[in-house]
Amino acid sequence: MKKSVFLGTLAASALMAGFASAGTLDDVKARGELICGSNTGLTGFGAPDANNNWTGFDVDLCRALGAAVLGDPSKVKFVPTTGETRFTALASGEVDLLVRNSTWTYSRDTDLKLDFVGVNYYDGQGFMVKKDLGILSAKELDGATVCIQTGTTTELNLADFFKSNNISYTPVTVADDAEAQRQYMAGACDAFTTDASGLAATRATLPDPDNHIILPEIISKEPLGPVVRHGDNQWGDIVRWTLNALLTAEEKGVTKANAEEMAASSTDPEVRRLLGVEGDMGTMTGLDKDAFKRAIMANGNYGEIFAANIGESTPIGLARGLNELWINGGLQYSPPFR
Amino acid sequence: METATPIFVRNEMLGPKEPPTSQRGVVKWFRENLFSTPLNSILTVIGVAFVYLVLKTVVPWVWNGVWTASSLSECRQIIAETLGPDSHAACWAMIAERWKQFIYGFYPMDSYWRPTLAFALMFVALAPVLYFGIRHINVRMVGAVGVLLMIALWGLGTDGAHIGLALVLMAALTAVAWVAPKKLVWLTLLYPAIGFFLLWGGSVWGPVGALLGFVILAFVWLGLQRQVGVVVAGGIALITAAVWWLSVQTHVTGALHAAMPIGLPPVRSDQFGGFLLAFVIGVTAIAASLPIGILLALGRRSDMFLIKTMSVGFIEFVRGVPLITMLFVASLLLQYFLPPQTNFDLILRVIILVTLFSAAYIAEVIRGGLAALPRGQYEAADALGLDYWQAQRLIIMPQALKISIPGIVSSFIGLFKDTTLVALVGLADPLQGITKIARADINWKGIYWEPYLFVGLIFFACCFSMSRYSMYLERKLKRDHR
Repeated sequence: MKKSVFLGTLAASALMAGFASAGTLDDVKARGELICGSNTGLTGFGAPDANNNWTGFDVDLCRALGAAVLGDPSKVKFVPTTGETRFTALASGEVDLLVRNSTWTYSRDTDLKLDFVGVNYYDGQGFMVKKDLGILSAKELDGATVCIQTGTTTELNLADFFKSNNISYTPVTVADDAEAQRQYMAGACDAFTTDASGLAATRATLPDPDNHIILPEIISKEPLGPVVRHGDNQWGDIVRWTLNALLTAEEKGVTKANAEEMAASSTDPEVRRLLGVEGDMGTMTGLDKDAFKRAIMANGNYGEIFAANIGESTPIGLARGLNELWINGGLQYSPPFR
Repeated sequence: METATPIFVRNEMLGPKEPPTSQRGVVKWFRENLFSTPLNSILTVIGVAFVYLVLKTVVPWVWNGVWTASSLSECRQIIAETLGPDSHAACWAMIAERWKQFIYGFYPMDSYWRPTLAFALMFVALAPVLYFGIRHINVRMVGAVGVLLMIALWGLGTDGAHIGLALVLMAALTAVAWVAPKKLVWLTLLYPAIGFFLLWGGSVWGPVGALLGFVILAFVWLGLQRQVGVVVAGGIALITAAVWWLSVQTHVTGALHAAMPIGLPPVRSDQFGGFLLAFVIGVTAIAASLPIGILLALGRRSDMFLIKTMSVGFIEFVRGVPLITMLFVASLLLQYFLPPQTNFDLILRVIILVTLFSAAYIAEVIRGGLAALPRGQYEAADALGLDYWQAQRLIIMPQALKISIPGIVSSFIGLFKDTTLVALVGLADPLQGITKIARADINWKGIYWEPYLFVGLIFFACCFSMSRYSMYLERKLKRDHR
């Protein structure tokens, strides 16, 4: 009896949550604020700076979305979520979307009733070792001690990699990135493994970056992207096409600085549709026709956002690699605006 | 007739001689305390060597730390230049740049005076409670808090108007502490509303309305308790106040705000962080859990079946569940059961569950105090013809609470330190949350000990003061001659 009451309540609240999330766009507009689930602090991707302003690669995508939906990139509230709380925060409606380095996997997309609407960063797990070990490939790491964060998929990937290559290792488990860096520097482990973007940032902040190399093997696929709830396709479309607009803008050479000018003078029909001069692309998703132009003008196109936060001119110094546009040999590919 | 004193007899007394060198002063102390046996001598040498080794690494590391630099690599460069390559020293520059975030979180920078003033007023509000309205202590405390507040506000670069306002306020409070120290207790009663208003801002009428609810509660209770008894009167008063809070208050305060829009710019809970967050959660939970804990302890010893069962059930359930579970319930589960789109603040949810958690522990500590009272005290209270509440108030509780002081303070210290666990639900506590944010800055990535030491030092200062106060209180309340 008690159990059935409990389950009934659960079902009823799930149903109500379902109704509420039927119109995330309307909720956001009524609230006048976009609530973006973010990281609790990840170098280059999202963290508040010393003046309490959120900055980072993921943050800029949220701001572009805020500009598209509400017309103002500053009307975004960032809610820090941890690895444990992120998906529940999204499912319960506490945040409108997650942009916080979440890997797109089958079970998350289906079983957790979430939708990954795109990939804004292709990452993968790599290794960093000291140069004087004389190792040039991860397959030579037989018998090595490896610093690894516990309770993450990187731990499982590591085990898989060593097993499939028939070599052994000793894990040194650490709680977080900072501890891993300290242990690695103190010589407690021969190799440190985490996402390649994190390795690059860590290497850049070592006292002697030149004495450390990141091995060429990338042992996992980590497509990171924005996540929305299942069942609200309009909202999913908005997030997906805002990201695509930023990619198309880079492909077509539309930047933060020249967007207005391009809108006035460009003769390329796709640019004209993207910037809302021709057709009614924005209104098809429930926004207005200038929505994508505003998104581009918030922090620039995909390439500009990349360069400003994590690109080679920043101290983090990530190469575009897989995140290069498809025309330059990368994987970033936007379907056409038509 | 005096006989001549023989030559070998001394006429005057000899003055006392100093004990031999081995039996006095430092040497004696050393011999007795450090080198009394061969084993003790060896242990002393080992201990001193250990302390020396630790200090030899730690003190230069702390002392040679760099205070001005814009990044960790610059720190390392400066250290390498001044101390030579391969030397290690702290990089305090990170604390120098980020200390405001460690203290205030993401609170708007031009409003730093508000939490600072609220913090100062907290001590003024505590003074009459902690020191029973003893005049000289209260005046000294309020005066010292006032001076420190002025220095802090000036250091934070607050504008003149707010410093002036705070100066007048603190001067007035010092005067009150001088003239009528017991009257300061009114500030204590009003403090929850004042603190809320200063921290969260918004219309002044909201907190005023909430206070009015308590006034209604008090009047109804006082008016009815003679006729229907303490408990029933309490229930009726609570219902009346709830009606006011839930349905009437918003209309009244809305009308008042429309007529007289006085207020401060609102600050959202998610802008709280660092020690501000730790203090908001810790102080609220400490203040609220003591009365709830007392009621639960009494409930557990009650003869009434229902009250007893409910108290026992609550206490045992809460004590059987880890605090982290409660925090996850606050953060994740409650959101599913509440109606969608209800904006039930995460910090408020966390405060409520931390309070309930702490109350269960306090209840058990106080029950220990109640159990330690001799049976005769209860019988004496009955023999005097006191009813239950009078007996509790006048005879039982003062003694039981006195016995429980060390346990209560221990619980409070533990609770205050446990506030750092809120990092697990994504709140920016000083230890993990803000540290992680500071490290996410590429300039400070790779820094490890400095933020922990800084935060640890502040926590130590707070917890050590609480501990010293509890010792003062124990001495002060000591009535026996053991």
